[in-house]
Amino acid sequence: MFVIIAIVLGIISLIGGVIALFHKKLVVAILAAGLVSLTASIIFLLLAAPDVAMTEAAIGSGLTTVIFLYVLNKIREKNG
Amino acid sequence: MVKNTLILLLTLGIGLIMYDVYEDFKFQESLPLLGDYYARNAASETGSANLVTAVVVTYRGFDTLGEVSILFLTASIISFMFKYKEEHATKKEYRPASELLISSTQVFTPIMLIVGIYIFANGHLSPGGGFQGGAVIASAFLLMLLANPGMHLSHKIISRVESISGIGFVLAGVAGLVYAGGFLDNTVLSKGEFGHLLSAGLIPIIYIFIGLKVGAELSNIVSTMSHLPKENN
Amino acid sequence: MEQVIIITGILLIILGIFGIIRSRNLVKIVLAFTLFNTGLNILMISIGYIRNAGAPILSQIPGQGEIPNIVDPVPQALVLTAIVIGLGVTALMLAYVLKLYQDKGTLDINSFKDLKW
Repeated sequence: MFVIIAIVLGIISLIGGVIALFHKKLVVAILAAGLVSLTASIIFLLLAAPDVAMTEAAIGSGLTTVIFLYVLNKIREKNG
Repeated sequence: MVKNTLILLLTLGIGLIMYDVYEDFKFQESLPLLGDYYARNAASETGSANLVTAVVVTYRGFDTLGEVSILFLTASIISFMFKYKEEHATKKEYRPASELLISSTQVFTPIMLIVGIYIFANGHLSPGGGFQGGAVIASAFLLMLLANPGMHLSHKIISRVESISGIGFVLAGVAGLVYAGGFLDNTVLSKGEFGHLLSAGLIPIIYIFIGLKVGAELSNIVSTMSHLPKENN
Repeated sequence: MEQVIIITGILLIILGIFGIIRSRNLVKIVLAFTLFNTGLNILMISIGYIRNAGAPILSQIPGQGEIPNIVDPVPQALVLTAIVIGLGVTALMLAYVLKLYQDKGTLDINSFKDLKW
């Protein structure tokens, strides 16, 4: 059972990583990187590390994504 | 063309190194020496049920002190680079947030603050602690900033909370040096009954300080990033 | 299960390094740094994993000579602080990116040649 969950999570996170690197739109790339962090937090939970999973979910996929989006918003504001 | 080939070769080389890592990776059948010591003795020595908390706060507490100061350094560099100016901010007009976001912010912000405090006060009993609780508190302030974009967190309050909790952390460490075995030794207060809220000596107090400090620093980073100036001046 | 997770972590690390070398856009480079960071954290946590062991949270004090069935708490404590530092460093890198953008008006790394000879 755990093996199936781990394979699915691994595939999702790798797809997210590829999208984050190769997609042309920066918003999509940033959200895909947030998805990678979210799947990583579930992987930490499978590896019996609930403390790390909580930190990764709150910081890695929450605050980091929002800071990226704030900077992107500022860059666009000047462009358009 | 040459550049692309070089990049491909470099990635292949790194892949080869990583394959070596994968080949040599051995899964442990039992705990290594240090982990074994912590598993046997940490609960009775510190009185904390969560062993990660015991390692972070007491055994490796000095690392945590350095880590918190790195966070302080980055937060202060960011606020130094994007200095907030009063006259620029008053002219700025923001698009108002939607009704749904404003109402849900009014409901959820107090709950999120209480959950954050709960997480760092119970760090020695359940998963969680200062870093997680601080991140939840920063998320609550982030929600408030999203609902009314013109809002400014008071820098005076943030810096007071931050410096008082930092001094408290160091003083708790020095108290361990004077009254117990060493820097950040938590047995200054009694260890109490295992598994109760008021137990594990100084650990809950130190983790509350860490939580307040991390929460103040992360909120400062988020609030600075949300009020970035338009032009370089 | 462990092999799958290790392969995931290693592939994320390789993706991150590849992105850091290849990308032209400064924001993309910072994104690749966060991918690298995540992959490294997964690898470090899986070092401390022991099959069929529980989380390092005890329900009672272990008796004399008794070893509780838990995973290694030391890598978890290291990764816990590494994630928080990661946020601070990412925010710092983004602040520099924005500063460079305000200076030159572009995000392409090939246009920053001030230190190139």
